[in-house]
Amino acid sequence: MSSLFLIVRRSLRQHALSTFVTIIAAAMASGLVMSVFTVSEQSRTAFTGGDIGYDGVLGAKGSPLQLVLNTVYHLEQSPGNIPYSMYKDVKAMGPVKYAIPYALGDNLYGFRIVGTTGELFTEFEYQKGKKYTFEDGGPFSEMHRGAVLGATVAEELGLKVDDDFRPFHGLNYLPGEDPHEERYVVTGVMNATNTPADRVVWIPIEGIYRMGGHELRDGTKSEDIGGNAIPDEQKEVSAVMVKFHKAGQGMFVAPAINSGGEATFAYPIAQVMLGFLSKLGWITDILRYIAYMVVVVAGFGLLASIYNTMNERRREFAVLRALGAKRTTVFSAIVLESSTIALLGSLLGYALYFGVMTVSAAVIKAQTGVVLDTMAYHPALIWTPLGMVVVGAIAGVFPAMKAYSTDVARTLA
Amino acid sequence: MLASMALLELAGLKKVYRSPDGEYQTVLDVESFQIDSSEEVAIAGTSGCGKTTFLNIIAGLARPDSGTVTFDGVDVTGYSEPKRDAWRAKELGYVFQTFNLLGGYTALENVLLGMVFGGKADRGFAKELLERLGLGHRLNHRPGQLSIGQQQRVALARALANRPRIVLADEPTGNLDPRFALEALDLLRSLCKDVGAALLCVSHDVRVLDAFDNNLDFADINRAMETKA
Repeated sequence: MSSLFLIVRRSLRQHALSTFVTIIAAAMASGLVMSVFTVSEQSRTAFTGGDIGYDGVLGAKGSPLQLVLNTVYHLEQSPGNIPYSMYKDVKAMGPVKYAIPYALGDNLYGFRIVGTTGELFTEFEYQKGKKYTFEDGGPFSEMHRGAVLGATVAEELGLKVDDDFRPFHGLNYLPGEDPHEERYVVTGVMNATNTPADRVVWIPIEGIYRMGGHELRDGTKSEDIGGNAIPDEQKEVSAVMVKFHKAGQGMFVAPAINSGGEATFAYPIAQVMLGFLSKLGWITDILRYIAYMVVVVAGFGLLASIYNTMNERRREFAVLRALGAKRTTVFSAIVLESSTIALLGSLLGYALYFGVMTVSAAVIKAQTGVVLDTMAYHPALIWTPLGMVVVGAIAGVFPAMKAYSTDVARTLA
Repeated sequence: MLASMALLELAGLKKVYRSPDGEYQTVLDVESFQIDSSEEVAIAGTSGCGKTTFLNIIAGLARPDSGTVTFDGVDVTGYSEPKRDAWRAKELGYVFQTFNLLGGYTALENVLLGMVFGGKADRGFAKELLERLGLGHRLNHRPGQLSIGQQQRVALARALANRPRIVLADEPTGNLDPRFALEALDLLRSLCKDVGAALLCVSHDVRVLDAFDNNLDFADINRAMETKA
């Protein structure tokens, strides 16, 4: 065995450049496969399996997916509004543990402003047993123009408690646009939750109704209300986030709402997202096929790299055979060499994998607020390097056969 | 009383090659030849007379068409190839005219290669051999970094590294400056004596042949040469 390692070590050293290039190719192949599998699995888990604190979302009649993306992930456009009374009705249902209204329509330099109630900070658990906590300050008063900033918003905009800002109209920020006249004071900055909530500015729902230029349900301009109370029938909400006492209770509520013509109840949220991701499964499949192709190309590269050295090494094999090396020893040395290159490539592939994961996680977090666990285990992290070593061994067989068949007497003559 | 047994004994050895024009040509026809333990034998032969084939067949690197090679009483021509390889790794040392050192390996590693296939790689002994040959300061040099004479000494050390019972030397001084040829030969003989190995040296260099008491003409051994003549 020591002879095999000596032969392999020396060969790798002697052909350092081609070895290095082949290792890089194997690393890219291995890293790519691990990344594709892990990122897709992590994304699927993050968007479908995570505890997001709500069981269902009530919103305007339309696509449940749009409703979920808009309210849970703060992406996409709002499908519309529903009467405030629906919120009250749902909230009053027995199985409902809590129902929290969202009213959308403004942004702060691209970060969404969501009007809601104080229950978000007192009742809502974004993960089992975890409520929002504050790095600084505290919740807003529902009677004042106060705002709570998600951790990412505060960090990226450099806002802190007691700072003020003026919201911009619409869900997307258009540079050059004038902000609303209303000025909001930051009352609290939340601790990071690693959820889309980190990218949200929370204000009292009443603030949305009273924002300059906003129309109430009957078309009345908010400016016309002045300091008067807004009747419930003139209010509307973009969505109501619902949590049941028991998750399965939504099964009875959803059909009742969805059979009507006024609203959609997206339930269960994970199922809605799973359906969406399943439709995008072909993208993952294509990425996987590309990754497999890269592995095959790396395998051929490995084969070519070793095969190209065969002619110059024929004399070496003949000498080794003359010194007593068996044909199988020479054969094994080539296969071991090829496998070793693949193994080294796979090890380097981990570095590449962590690089891709880190970048992917940063991009996904920046776009959606969803955080991928870059250190999470996936079986691909084990079987990809092993598979790469097998590919390496297979790639070594052809050149090894050539070495195996070396005619010692003729080569040394 | 038992008759003393030769270390190496060849009997009825024949090797025929087919030439490119389809003719069969006998290159080796040895009726009998033997060498005893620790014996030194020099064989004189010109280029192309079949002496390398002769050594290759003894070493098991080529197979005879007929005849036997008996080593220590055992017919090694009957060995399977892996067994022959193992036998060669353990019992035999080979010095090539062109040294055949491996360029990617250091001097020490080249010597270690002479022992790893026979079992244990005795690093200490490999170093000792090289130091004895004046290469203690060149252990980690590769062949390309050594002079021709130093390369020859590494090749000698490699041939003796497995403490063989017989060393085959094919024109061992053929690539050396005449000034160093006899010195290298003395080293080879001295090392063989030290490890108790028989030495079968094939050369066309008269000075080399004259150094041996037991000095044979290959034409007297290989009857195929008579036919050619």
